[in-house]
Amino acid sequence: MDLDSLYQEIILDHYRNPHHAGLREPYEAEVHHVNPTCGDEVTLRVHLDGSTVSDVSYAAEGCSISQAAASVMSDLVIGRPLEEALATHEEFLALMQGKGQVEPDEEVLEDGIAFAGVAKFPARVKCALLSWMAFKDAALQANSTTTSGG
Amino acid sequence: MLPGLLTDLEVIRKDFPILGRELAGGHRLVYLDSANTSQKPQVVIDAMVDHLEHHNANIARAMHQLGAEATQAFESARDKVAAFLNAPSRDEVIFTKNASEALNLVARTYPLGPGDRVVITEMEHHSNIVPWQLATERTGAELRWFGLSDDGRLDLSNIDELLTPQTKVVALTWVSNMLGTVNPVAEIARRAHEVGAVVVLDASQAAPQLPIDVQAVGADFLAFTGHKVTGPTGIGVLWGRTELLDQLPPFLGGGEMIATVSMAKSTWAPIPHKFEAGTPPIVEAVGLGAAVDYISHLGLDNIHAHEQAITGYLLDGLASVSGVKVLGPLDPADRGGAVAFELDGVHPHDVAQLLDSRGIAVRAGHHCAKPAHQRFGVQSSTRASSYLYTTPGEIDALIDGLEHTKNYFKVG
Repeated sequence: MDLDSLYQEIILDHYRNPHHAGLREPYEAEVHHVNPTCGDEVTLRVHLDGSTVSDVSYAAEGCSISQAAASVMSDLVIGRPLEEALATHEEFLALMQGKGQVEPDEEVLEDGIAFAGVAKFPARVKCALLSWMAFKDAALQANSTTTSGG
Repeated sequence: MLPGLLTDLEVIRKDFPILGRELAGGHRLVYLDSANTSQKPQVVIDAMVDHLEHHNANIARAMHQLGAEATQAFESARDKVAAFLNAPSRDEVIFTKNASEALNLVARTYPLGPGDRVVITEMEHHSNIVPWQLATERTGAELRWFGLSDDGRLDLSNIDELLTPQTKVVALTWVSNMLGTVNPVAEIARRAHEVGAVVVLDASQAAPQLPIDVQAVGADFLAFTGHKVTGPTGIGVLWGRTELLDQLPPFLGGGEMIATVSMAKSTWAPIPHKFEAGTPPIVEAVGLGAAVDYISHLGLDNIHAHEQAITGYLLDGLASVSGVKVLGPLDPADRGGAVAFELDGVHPHDVAQLLDSRGIAVRAGHHCAKPAHQRFGVQSSTRASSYLYTTPGEIDALIDGLEHTKNYFKVG
């Protein structure tokens, strides 16, 4: 396996300097997701302003792939309409589950296309998905809180 | 050559076909994940294939020649395991699915109630924590544990407080799968017996590399798994003292564990069959019998000396890599052949991935010992674990691989 296809420079850059890291107020939902096989963890908060993802903040502990994924994910969803952010989640999920056969769309995934190589390493797919799954969970919770007027 | 290594190591390695395996990129396999599962010698593979090719039948109930041969093969494996453990009686050897099932068997059947106490340790594998959490929650008994010292040993300073007449069970690992620590189990067993508690030993990591004598160590129950002693997966062992096993109720109900069954009530077969409901893992038992014969033939004292020599060499090698911090005792004298460590600035997953790209297999994660990791403020670690077939050259490859990893991630 070509290691450099896994550890793209973009991924290592995000790993060394993660964007939007840290837990911030305000937020409507906070979730804690773990990867039980390896112990990677993320605590993630979502703040919605109407139907816009106003902020995503997180504290993540994990490998370069999981840390970089959290950074790229937050870049991709902050400031976007929730519906669009969830569609991007679906696009990233399809890329990760594509066993290296899916051609990523740079228009949608931007830096996320660097993870295309991760899909060829089945053991690492869950690392890349941890924060994305946490985002989806928190975003849906936040949305049900805000739309129910609670 | 390192003193203590097994003589004819290169010949011994030829017993393990997989060690000749070439991996992606043309790399020769460097297998340093034996605490996870050991590799299998040809003699174990052949014993299982021969059984399936020539002797396969169900046991204890088939009234034909193959049934008799299969029964004989299965029960002869029990004899071999009994000898391996120096068990007073072959009937005290119960075959289970794995060590987890063996520990669950005791935790599920041992009589406990409110006011009783179970004592475990902070360095247990999850399989010797969770069953006791379930047991104490179910029965209202109290769960307590020995903590760990900063150098990765059991902190026995509060043993008098923990071991009281309330204490019914002391369950602990003989050798830690994460820290490598070899615990003073005979001394703890002596203290436990003074207050009337029974001692359950998890020997999953000890059985591959230490001579096991259940009588000398003063155990009441002992569990280990087949696949770490060069045997197959799918089979484990619970050994227990006859008078205790006789008192315990059955664990699983089903075929072959009964004396008689009526629609209203059943009575139980004597041990060991009382605890072996259903068709057991027959060919796996045959493989386990061949495995304990194999390592006994090499000699557990010799294997132990080999592991200590390799572990000492590994600890020296790791000490030479800046940014490496070993978890657990630094003296190979009272350590097993599993060494968990951190590499500053590189997550264990990434370490393992880099090493794998060079054909070096290690484990990364919490190794099913989350509390022990938490104790040292570590989320996960990289673990290199050797066995009787590990060479100093393989340790050199690991050390080179760690330097390469640091360069790749531009740390240190």
